[in-house]
Amino acid sequence: MITTTPFHERLDQLNETGLWGHWSGYLSATRYCSSAKHEYFAVRNSAGFFDTSPLYKYRIVGRDAERLLAGVMTRDVRQCRPGKAQYTVWCDDRGFVLEDGVVFRHSQDEFLLTAAEPNLGYFSDLAGRLDVSLEDVTDELGMLAVQGPRSRAILAKVVPGVEELGYFEHADAKIGTTPVTVSRTGYTGDLGFEIRVARDDALPVLDAVIAAGEGHGLRPFGEQALLMARIEAGLALIGVEFSSSRFAYTDHERVTPKELGFGWMLRGIDDETRPFIGRDAIRRELAERTSRWATVGLLLDWADYDRVYEAAGLVPPKDETPVEDEFMLYDDAGARIGYTTSQMYSPVLQRHIAIARVRPDLAVLGTRVNYELTINHEYQTIAAEVTRLPFFNPARKTA
Amino acid sequence: MATKSTSYDAIIVGGGHNGLVNGAYLARAGLKVLIIERRHVVGGAAITEELRPGFHFTSFSYALSLLRPDIVHELDLVKHGFMPILMPSSFAPMENGDYLLLGQDRDENIKEIMRHSPHDADAMDRYEYDVERVCQLVKPLLDEVPPNIFGKSAEDLAETAELVRHLRGADQKVIHDLVRMLTGSAADFLDDYFESDILKGYIASSGIIGTMVGPMSQGSGLVLLYHSMGEHDGHFGAWSFHKGGNGRFTQVLAQAAQSFGAEIMLNAPVSRVVTKEGRAVGVALEDGTELTARTVVSAVDPRRTFTELVEPRELPGDLVENIDRMKFQGTSAKVNFALDGAPRYPALGDRTDQYLGFVNIGPSMEYLERAFDDAKYGWYSQRPYIDCAIQSFVDPDMAPPGKHVMSCFVQYAPYHLKGSDWDTERERFADTVQGTLESFFPGFGDLVLQREVRTPLDIERTVGLTEGNIFAGEFFAPQMYFFRPAPGWSQYRTPIDGYYQCGSGTHPGGCVMGAPGKLASQQILRDLAADQAATG
Repeated sequence: MITTTPFHERLDQLNETGLWGHWSGYLSATRYCSSAKHEYFAVRNSAGFFDTSPLYKYRIVGRDAERLLAGVMTRDVRQCRPGKAQYTVWCDDRGFVLEDGVVFRHSQDEFLLTAAEPNLGYFSDLAGRLDVSLEDVTDELGMLAVQGPRSRAILAKVVPGVEELGYFEHADAKIGTTPVTVSRTGYTGDLGFEIRVARDDALPVLDAVIAAGEGHGLRPFGEQALLMARIEAGLALIGVEFSSSRFAYTDHERVTPKELGFGWMLRGIDDETRPFIGRDAIRRELAERTSRWATVGLLLDWADYDRVYEAAGLVPPKDETPVEDEFMLYDDAGARIGYTTSQMYSPVLQRHIAIARVRPDLAVLGTRVNYELTINHEYQTIAAEVTRLPFFNPARKTA
Repeated sequence: MATKSTSYDAIIVGGGHNGLVNGAYLARAGLKVLIIERRHVVGGAAITEELRPGFHFTSFSYALSLLRPDIVHELDLVKHGFMPILMPSSFAPMENGDYLLLGQDRDENIKEIMRHSPHDADAMDRYEYDVERVCQLVKPLLDEVPPNIFGKSAEDLAETAELVRHLRGADQKVIHDLVRMLTGSAADFLDDYFESDILKGYIASSGIIGTMVGPMSQGSGLVLLYHSMGEHDGHFGAWSFHKGGNGRFTQVLAQAAQSFGAEIMLNAPVSRVVTKEGRAVGVALEDGTELTARTVVSAVDPRRTFTELVEPRELPGDLVENIDRMKFQGTSAKVNFALDGAPRYPALGDRTDQYLGFVNIGPSMEYLERAFDDAKYGWYSQRPYIDCAIQSFVDPDMAPPGKHVMSCFVQYAPYHLKGSDWDTERERFADTVQGTLESFFPGFGDLVLQREVRTPLDIERTVGLTEGNIFAGEFFAPQMYFFRPAPGWSQYRTPIDGYYQCGSGTHPGGCVMGAPGKLASQQILRDLAADQAATG
């Protein structure tokens, strides 16, 4: 049966649309007002809050907790000191991505892992005889993302010390008398924080944040706005940019960390002291340069886009609603050289953008490709250019 | 302010948005460019001023829509901080206390319209579609130098033929609608679709902005069409607030221009364009400094371009005559408020989400027309049309938390008052505006922390727009396209070699559009290339 998050009572009052999606068994607002784009602008221009409670959360505790995670996660969790967090993927033996999540290290022996899909069985099976306990705490916690340029100023009013939190750091704190954990993390590519709080304390914490945001343009945002922000931020989404190798029927559906644009996670892969699942395959992939794809950003040529639509007698559509689907990419000779996974019209960039996978030799800044779509029921191509991800990367995100 | 040099390839007189756009394009093409601004700040009428600590006023221009998208990309404005924020709703209060509130959800809008008129529920889609078709036809003309239909050169004939070809390709109904809008009244056009007073008042308001016409006057259709052609974010007729106000936008333009190498000189009034043997060779500042340039571009309005910066004696008589009789007749004013809190609209209780976009005080066509009646006889409206914008509701940078800045564009406020003058009437006029607001938002007056009044005379004095006309020459069919600013001189050139015009008084006209600045730069660069080819 569908259930609700600890913040739901208040969010239900705030949701003017009656639109709710189902996310991991919880109601999750599609949007709160008639305009998802307005909610998106709150994130880019002032601040917004998003209920991220449905994410699976696992508490991993014990003398061997680090050993377990170091042996599974692609990134080296040993480098993650208490008070820090790491975004990482984990892979199968063949070096294909299974899933992604964020590891928060609370102490030498205690971690919290977030994941999009249930994983307790998977990690428990791998724990074997290690001295580690794993517990699903999803239902015990509320998690509230507060994102946008004003997020720090707003939270500073209720969370002393939040100004000192660096990017991907977290700390225990109090909102009023309520213990919370605040992290400098999020899924919008902007300055932002996430607050974790015990289920029963969730509502007063949300109310305190809302009160602190008064006059700062703070408003709730739903999934539509989140997905807009995440594409501009170049952040991968399971089921869109990749699917779990465990459930893939063919290798076409599978993708390696390197192919997914996570080459930066593979620093230290030559460290002999840390075997982890998939390491050998990934090493081979890197040594033999067998990666099939590289993940890049694409900027569609705005003038070509308008020209092609106008020549077809149409008003060029510029819609910020994300399209999470594949569109083919060709070179000038008509050879297929890649595909996109997500695309949208970006309000901050004022142009169409797409997260794409291209042949590795073409993953060079400025490479021209042709993006295929249908106009008046016929295939047409629009010129596009390879760029770096993220598309939008304000200095405030990490400053 | 000292400049690095006294000699430039191009000097632009006037640092309004078109001057900045023009200078940016010329610098981008490799020219050594100087933009000279009379005031301490660039932006012309697109400025944001902190007139009270923490309160940022969009003193004159207050929103974006018509800005050409190619300028955003070609000048790389996003890199310099370009950030237009969506207005998610429009709010139109009514005199009986009811209201029309339109948002981003089409189906909700239909329900809202049905409250006022079941008949009009399906009219909105038809109206918007028909206007969009007209916009689609006209839009390419905004992005091109108008053809010289009086010219005899092969190029002129080819360009005129191209225009005819473009129009001939259009659907019969679209052409007919176009002509009806260009020559007719907003009222006649809207009556075909709608019966609801509030809906007609709300839409017709766009037909009077900045212009000495009422919604029932012929010519208001043209203004309505013009204000439907903005394509902010690719949506015809969409409006946005620039982050930090339109002043932040012109700062973005200035940064872009400087990134291409253009220099900007502030606090430097230009007294005249220096000519020698019929060609422009530079400018003289009021302090006596002379700066030389092969190209001089006037970004100020046509009256100043042709009768103040140069000697009218040097110009053909018919041009001077045309400029002298060009209609300016500014008819708009601003009254801007710093507010201690959100205005309260009784029917909506404590809600404030109706203030995220324009608040349109123009509840019926008759209300607007009666407001115009006062102006016809030389007085300001006793119940004025007011376009309010409280940007601080979507952009917290504009005012301290819980406080607001409210920009009120007010019409009608004719430049020439019968039997009085604006310096005498300023506060009484503002009281009229505030009284009108009070009638819609009881208690409004108690919220006012500060009030700034910008009469048409203030607009002229501060920004330099003749008679305070916000478009630098009225939107009026005989003053548009290949007649703008005068027949034979619509291609940004002037009779003086090397002297060009790029202000809103040239095609396609006013609003923060940038097209005149860009199109003029193209013409200048073409002429320079031709000169170079001719001289080898």
